[in-house]
Amino acid sequence: MIKVKNLTKTYKTKDIETPVLRGIDLNVAPGEFLGIMGKSGAGKSTLMYQIGLLDHPTSGEIILNSKNTEQMSTEERTQMRLSELGYVFQDYALIPELTAVENVMIPLLMKGFSKSESCDISIKMLERIGLSHRVDNKPGQLSGGEQQRVSIARAMAHNPKILFADEPTANLDTISGYSIIQLFKELHDKGQTIVMVTHEEEYAKYCDRIIYLEDGKIVREVKQK
Amino acid sequence: MSEDKPKNLSRKWSQVISVGWFLAFRQIKGSNKSTTFLIIFIMMLTFLNLVVVSGILVGLIEGGRVANKKQYSGDVIVTTLAGENNIKRTNEIESTLIKMSGVQNISTRYISSGQVEANYKTRRDFSTPKDIAGTQVTGINIQDEEALSGISNYVDEGSFLNETESGYIVLGKNLLRRYSEDFGDVFASIEGTYPGDEVKVTVGKNTKTFIVKGIVSSKVNQVSLRAFVTKQDFLRLVDKADLNANEIAIRINPNSKITPDGTKANLINAGFANDGKIQTAVEATPEFLNQIRIAFALLGNVIGLIGIVVASITIFIVIFINAVTRRKYIGIMKGIGISEKAIEVSYIIQSIFYALIGGLIGLLITFVLLVPFFDAYPLNFPFSDGILVAPIGETMFKFGLLLLVTLLAGYIPARNIVKKNTLDSILGR
Repeated sequence: MIKVKNLTKTYKTKDIETPVLRGIDLNVAPGEFLGIMGKSGAGKSTLMYQIGLLDHPTSGEIILNSKNTEQMSTEERTQMRLSELGYVFQDYALIPELTAVENVMIPLLMKGFSKSESCDISIKMLERIGLSHRVDNKPGQLSGGEQQRVSIARAMAHNPKILFADEPTANLDTISGYSIIQLFKELHDKGQTIVMVTHEEEYAKYCDRIIYLEDGKIVREVKQK
Repeated sequence: MSEDKPKNLSRKWSQVISVGWFLAFRQIKGSNKSTTFLIIFIMMLTFLNLVVVSGILVGLIEGGRVANKKQYSGDVIVTTLAGENNIKRTNEIESTLIKMSGVQNISTRYISSGQVEANYKTRRDFSTPKDIAGTQVTGINIQDEEALSGISNYVDEGSFLNETESGYIVLGKNLLRRYSEDFGDVFASIEGTYPGDEVKVTVGKNTKTFIVKGIVSSKVNQVSLRAFVTKQDFLRLVDKADLNANEIAIRINPNSKITPDGTKANLINAGFANDGKIQTAVEATPEFLNQIRIAFALLGNVIGLIGIVVASITIFIVIFINAVTRRKYIGIMKGIGISEKAIEVSYIIQSIFYALIGGLIGLLITFVLLVPFFDAYPLNFPFSDGILVAPIGETMFKFGLLLLVTLLAGYIPARNIVKKNTLDSILGR
């Protein structure tokens, strides 16, 4: 499902070059729940952003669903993010002026669903994650855990092939964090491919496999199941 | 396959517009109400600046043209050809006009250059100059002139002439110093002279005494600088051998389909082209007035365009600040697969919303308030009563121009922010 070959990423300013990823090779199988761990600055999030097509690597290949993503146009990458990928960000990344249901609706509208279809699917999605009573609330009226659930509903509403999560529990208390991980586990049990960046061991134990990054390289790999 | 391409393209654009509209509507709904009101207010002022400034400048001249047409020329006017003393075959022209379709009224005027002398009874010292004003003595058929121009409505002092009386004269107000002194020495004018006073009128070698019956007040020179007598008195004064006139003003029935150009063409086709100079009211307007009108319109448009530039900069800044402060969310939307075009469209719709509402309020103010107001209370200028000229076509063009400029002013800053790297936008780098 995901093939990464010799991936590098170097941030360049005027005089300074900062290599963040230094030759990453990685395969993710369909239905796998992959955890990416490492210390702060190890390159975890950077790796996820490259694989998730939110950024361009300096060199290397990323093949998603048999497509070489570096040969795609900006529009094709946007289209792929819309139709095949889902994202859950650390800070929820909800649009503040939209209600919970409207936040979930946007990608569906962009995919071509009508407003009523999008609304129905979104409400069902929010019901599925236990937020049926919060559909008309704006992000500012929701707790951190609820916002993250809306974010997951938005990421999942269009049935993405791969779900990317960048430290989804980092801003949550323990109970909310566990409920989010439980939600990921349920999705994974139904066959969802998930790539999750986390620095919390107790959540990483739900992953099928964990890769550890250090100074932009995979230094260890642990298969858990 | 080839049929699918345009279908896909139109589907894609309909999705872009649908998402753009969805986002724009919610952003406008969620925005600060007073800021929204202020932007709409600026757009309204811009539109009014664009329409009203040029409209009033043009209206100063147009007001003069309207008055000229109403009080003097009618819709078509026949005058004496250059080098001739009068309109040949006046009677035949009159008979043709009376039968001509669409013609509502005609007024035949007999004109001769002359002098009006006042205060001659009190002039004791003959070494002092006579109190004289040059004028065009105009003989009219009272009923015809009244039907065409409603001239009696402009009488400021005394009353208008009566067909059954003789020996009376009505003077244009600018022949009297008390009215014309604001113009300096542009017109020779006579002192005093009120209704009931006697004046001597000289045309050529003939002089007759008339009693001033009234003073007619108008900003149309052909009224305010003439002295009016009945046709019979004129013919007696001038010793005219024929009944050929000097002006035939023609009013067309406003409900008829006949245009001034059509009436002119009918007269030419009837064979009167060599008997008099046939002109529509527009053609009879002095060329310098047309030039002033063009210059004023240009000036008004320049002022209006400066307003549009200011408004577009305002919209640019508003959208730019909005987009910059929302850059993270723009990045997130791009990240989750919302197309750049849909996000740009959302900003374009927002800017168009401001211009549309502001422009519509401006249109309402223009046509419901300002145009009727200036029609009822024209601006009082020495040479005209200034009205607000806002033709529907031209006004709608300016409305469209405002929308177009606003569209660009919304698109450019939105495009600048949207095209930035997605991840940099999300992370606020």
